[in-house]
Amino acid sequence: MFLSMNWIEDFVDLSGLDRLALIQKISLSTAEVENEIFFKGSDLSGVVVAEIVSVENHPDSKKLHLLKVDAGDGKLTDVVCGAPNVRVGMKTAFAKVGAQLGDITIAPRPLAGFESFGMCCSEAEIGMSDDHSGIIDITEDIPNGTDIKDVYPINDIVFEVDNKSLTNRPDLWSHYGFAREFAALAGRELKPIPVEDLSAYDSLKKVDMKIEDTLCKRYSCMQVENITRTVSPAIMRIRLHYCGLRAINFLADLTNYLMLEIGQPMHAFDSRKVEKIRIKRFDAPFTFTTLDGVERNIDENTLMICSDNTPVAIAGIMGGLDSEIVEDTTTLTLESATFDAVSIRKSTVRLAHRTDASIRYEKCLDPEMTTLAIARFINLLKKYNPDAQVVSALTDEYPVKYDTVTLSFDKKFVDRYTGIEIANDAIVKTLTDLGFEVTLEGDNFTVVVPSWRATKDVTIKADIIEEITRIYGYDNFDINTAKAPLYPVRAEAVKTNEDRIKDILVKAFKLHELHSYVWAYNDELKDIGIEIEENVRLANATNPNIETLRNSIIPTQLCQVKSNSGFAPDFGIFEIGRVIKGLDEKNLCIEKKNLAITLFSKTKDIKTLYLELRDILGVLARDIKHTELSFKAKETTHAYEHPVNLYALSIDGKDIGTMGIVHPAVMKKIDKKANVVFAELDMDAFTEAKTDALTYDEPSKFPAMTYDLSVELPVGLFFDALSSAWKEEGKELLKSVKIVDTYDTDTVHSITVRFEFSSAERTLSGEEIGAIMEKVMANMEALGVTLRTQ
Amino acid sequence: MNQQIATLQQEALEQLSKAAELSELENLRVAYLGKKGSITALLKGMKDLSPEERKTFGAEVNELKELVTQEIEKKTAELKEAEIKKEIASMPLIDVTAPMNIETGSYHPITLVQRQCETIFKSMGFNVEDYSEVVTDYECFESLNIPKHHPARDMQDTYYLENGQLLKSQTSAAQNAILKKYGKELIENGRPIKAIFPGRCFRNEATDACHENTFFQMEGVMVDKDISISNLIFFMKTMLSEVFRKDIKVRLRPGFFPFVEPGFELDISCLICGGEGCPSCKHSGWLELCPCGMIHPNVLSEGGIDPEKYTGFAFGLGLTRLAMMKYGVKDIRDLNSGKLKALSQFTDDE
Repeated sequence: MFLSMNWIEDFVDLSGLDRLALIQKISLSTAEVENEIFFKGSDLSGVVVAEIVSVENHPDSKKLHLLKVDAGDGKLTDVVCGAPNVRVGMKTAFAKVGAQLGDITIAPRPLAGFESFGMCCSEAEIGMSDDHSGIIDITEDIPNGTDIKDVYPINDIVFEVDNKSLTNRPDLWSHYGFAREFAALAGRELKPIPVEDLSAYDSLKKVDMKIEDTLCKRYSCMQVENITRTVSPAIMRIRLHYCGLRAINFLADLTNYLMLEIGQPMHAFDSRKVEKIRIKRFDAPFTFTTLDGVERNIDENTLMICSDNTPVAIAGIMGGLDSEIVEDTTTLTLESATFDAVSIRKSTVRLAHRTDASIRYEKCLDPEMTTLAIARFINLLKKYNPDAQVVSALTDEYPVKYDTVTLSFDKKFVDRYTGIEIANDAIVKTLTDLGFEVTLEGDNFTVVVPSWRATKDVTIKADIIEEITRIYGYDNFDINTAKAPLYPVRAEAVKTNEDRIKDILVKAFKLHELHSYVWAYNDELKDIGIEIEENVRLANATNPNIETLRNSIIPTQLCQVKSNSGFAPDFGIFEIGRVIKGLDEKNLCIEKKNLAITLFSKTKDIKTLYLELRDILGVLARDIKHTELSFKAKETTHAYEHPVNLYALSIDGKDIGTMGIVHPAVMKKIDKKANVVFAELDMDAFTEAKTDALTYDEPSKFPAMTYDLSVELPVGLFFDALSSAWKEEGKELLKSVKIVDTYDTDTVHSITVRFEFSSAERTLSGEEIGAIMEKVMANMEALGVTLRTQ
Repeated sequence: MNQQIATLQQEALEQLSKAAELSELENLRVAYLGKKGSITALLKGMKDLSPEERKTFGAEVNELKELVTQEIEKKTAELKEAEIKKEIASMPLIDVTAPMNIETGSYHPITLVQRQCETIFKSMGFNVEDYSEVVTDYECFESLNIPKHHPARDMQDTYYLENGQLLKSQTSAAQNAILKKYGKELIENGRPIKAIFPGRCFRNEATDACHENTFFQMEGVMVDKDISISNLIFFMKTMLSEVFRKDIKVRLRPGFFPFVEPGFELDISCLICGGEGCPSCKHSGWLELCPCGMIHPNVLSEGGIDPEKYTGFAFGLGLTRLAMMKYGVKDIRDLNSGKLKALSQFTDDE
C-alpha cells in the first residue's frame, strides 16, 4: 500500500521534523516500509502556468498546432503542440526551455519544420495522474508564470508499506491509521477527521434497509442527490494517483478516497435500482454480473446485498453491473458497512476475486467506522460539490456491537515481559496516543482497547506489551542474558549418532554428504529404469515430477550417482534423510530417518568395492556400538537390488538395515563401466540396538606366537562358518584371527589365515600351540576345507 | 727414538691420513693396534730386551700406541662429519608449493552451519531436538494459534498429503511437542525449557535462484518464569555474532506471526557492506534474517504451560539462508542439487 505524507499530514502536524527519519521509525515500530521512497515532484521544475494567446493550424499536419503562449515573462513564446484540446485563452501547464520533467530537459527543438521553445503539458507529463488525453486545462484564474507546484500539490513524499506486515492491523489500511502512528511516534497530536454533522438530517425519511443475515455486522447508508461534479479536484486525483489508483469520476474517486483516507470501503448504488436494501444469502446458487462486466457464480454461502430479492452487490467484494451509477442517475444510495471477515475471505477465495474492499474487510474492520465514513463523505461532497443534497436520514443497523476489550495488568507484568524498566507515565502516554483509554491506580493499569484495534488485533495482555515496546523502540532496549538455573545439556542419542556417523564417513572414508528431496524424482528414476513404488502421495503437488514420497533414499542416490558419474572415477556419497514407509493403522505416515550410502567405482572390481562398503558399515558398528554386524542373506524387495549378495544387517539380533549391489539392468543405465553398491540403515534401529561398553585388553608382557595356515575353501563356505573350527579350541589364548592373503582362481578360493596366541601369565610353548592347531585343522577338514602345504 | 718405532710411526700416520672410509680406518686400527697388529707385536717383542732398554722402549711404544689411537679417533670423527655433510648435500629439493594431492570427503554446508549454531546453543545449555518432517495440522497450525481459516495460513503454501497430514512448513511445528516434553520439569523442578530444533521445511512454491520448496530452519525456544524481550535480543545477537565470528548489529521490527506476541522480524547489519548500503541489502544496510517473538500465551497454554506464570521466546532461523550468506552460495538450488562439483568443496568448517 502506498501512503502520501501530504495526506498523513492533513491529520498530524509534523512540521520541523525529519520526515525520512519518521518513515524509518514507522518501519521499526509499525509496519515494514519498502526501501524505495518516492520524492514526488522532486524531478519537476520550470513548469509554469501559461496562457495560449494564439492557435494556428500547422500547414502540413492535421494534429499539430502552432501556438504563441504567454508564460508571464513579458514575451510570447512559439510552441508547436500536438494536443487536441488547445484553444485560445486556455491556461495550461507550460514547460519552459530548461524545464525538467523527470529525465527530460526541455530544449528548443525543431518540430515538423517549426522551432518549438517549450512544451504544453498533460497531467501525465508532470506526474499528476496518468491522463495524457490532452494538455492541462487550468480553469482557475491564476497569473501566468506561476510555478505549477504552487497551483497543485505535486511535491509529496510517498512510501510503500508491505501489505503482509498489515495482516493483523485493520486500522492501518488507511492514511488516518498511519497518521495515528506518526502522531504517537513523533509525540504530536492526532487531529480529528473533519465530518458533516449527520444529525442535521434526522428529520428526513430513512432508507428502507434491513439486515437479514448475521454475517452483516453493521450496515449504514444515506441517500444523496444532485451530484453535478464529474471531475475530481486536483488534490484528490493527485493523491489517488500517488497511491496507485486511477481517477475515474468524482463519485467513484470520492469512495476510493474515503477508503484510502480512513479505511472504510464504500459503495454507491443507483437508488432507482436499490429500493429495499436487504442483506442476505440465497438458498440456491446463481450467476451475477459484477460492475467489471464479469459473470460470476454465486453460491449459498456468499453474502449478497439485494434490492428486495434482486441481488445488487456481492457484500464486501464488488457491486453489480445493473445497479451501478450511470449518467442519468439522480439519486444515489451510499453504503458503508461491516461484514464478517472470515465469510468475506472465503467468498473471495471461492470467487477467486480479491478487491481493495475485500482485502480490508478480511482484516476485521472497525464497525464503529461506518457512520464516520458517511459523515466524512458528505463533508467532502459538500466541499467539492456544494450543490449536492442529502435526501435521507442516516439509516444505520448495528445489531451486535463489537466486543469491548478491557485489559488489566500491572507494572510488574510489563517489567517481566520486557526485561527493562519502562516508566508508568511512558506507558500511559504511549497507550493514550494510540487511542487506548488508560486508567492507572498505583502500579495497576486498566486499558480499554479502541474499536479499531479491538476486533481481533488487541485482545490479550501480551498484545499491550507489543504496543508499549514498539513505540518505546526496540533499539532503545538494554539487552541482557537470562537468569536461569543451569542444567547439563541432554544429548539426543539419534542426533549424536548422526553427527558421529557423518564424521566417520567424511573423515575416515572420504565420502561426500549430499541432500535430496523427500519425494521420488519420477523423470530421473525413469532414466535409470526404476519404477516408482506405491507410497503416500502429495495431495496438492503442482509438479507431476514430485508427487510420490520416497520409501528409500537409495533410488535418489542412484540418480545422484548417475549425474555425478563424471566427477571422479571413484567416489562415495551419503545422506541422513527421511523416508516414508507407508501408513500405519491410524492412517499416519510411518516416517523413518535413514542413513544411505552409495559407492561408485570405475577402477575397483565389485568384490573390492563391496567389501569396502562392508568395512565402512563395520567401522560404524565398531566405533559407535563397539560391536560387530551380523549379515543375513535376504530376498530382493526393490527393483534396483541385485539378488546376489543382498544382506540384511543386524546388531545383536536387531535389524538395522540392508546392503547390496545395484541390479545389472539399473547399473547399465547408470554407467556401463562402473560398479555401484549401496547400504541403507534405519537410524532409530541403529541407535536402539545394543551398544557394548568399550573394553580394554591389557597387552601381554609375554611374547605372542603366530601361526599361519593356508587353506582352500569349498564354494559357499563363509569365514563366519569357518570360524567354528577354532571358536572352541582357541580358548582365551587365541587373541586374533586374520586373513593375511587370498588367492583366487575360477575354481579355487584359498586364503592364508593368521592365528595369534598369547597369554598374560606365561610364554607359550610351540607344543601347546601345535596341539591347538592340530585340532583346528581337524575341525576345518571336517568342514570340507583343504589344507595347503606350506 | 728407536728407529724401528720411528719408522712405524711415520708409516702409521701416513696411512691414517690417506684413509677415506671408515672401513679403512678400522682395517688400520686392526693392523696396528689389534692383537696381531704391528704395534702390539713391538710390545710383545720387549721380553727379549734388557730391563733398561725395555723401560725406554716400552715408554716409546706406548707413546706411539697413544698417538695412533688418538689419530684414529680424530680421523673417525672427521670422516663421520663428512659423511653427514654428504648426506645433507644429497637431499633433493621438494616443491612444497606443488598442488595437494589428497582425496577428502565433504559435509553438506547445511550440516556445517547447523553444527555451528548447535555448538553455540549447547554451550548456553540448550538441548538439541529432532522432529519429524511429516506432521499433523494440529502440530503445524492448530497448536500454534493458527485455527482453520486464519489468514496466516495463506502466508504459507503447504504441501498436504493424501492422508491429511502435511510436510511441515515451519520448524515451529515441533513447538507444542517440545513444550509438552519439558513442561513437567519446568513446572515441578523449575528447570527452564531451553531447546533448539533444526529441521527441514517445505513450501509448495516454484523454485528459482532464491526460492526452494525444501529448506532448513532452526527453531529455538526458551521458557521460564521471567524470560523477556531483552533476553530474546541478547540470545539472538550472541548467537549471530558467534556464527559470523564478528560483532553483529541486530534490530527488531514488529512482525506478525500468530504463534508469538509480540512478534518480530530480526534484521542484521548487512554482512557485505556492514550497513552502508549495497545491492545485497537493497541499499538498506540491513538483511532480514529471523522471525522471532515472545511465545503467544495460547501456544504456551496449548503446551500445558500457564502463561500467567511463565514467559518464553521463540525464533526461527533460516539455516539455508545462513549457509548461503556465510559461504556466498548464490543459487539456493545448488544445495539440493546433489552436484558433487559444487558440494564437495565443503570439506569442514569450525
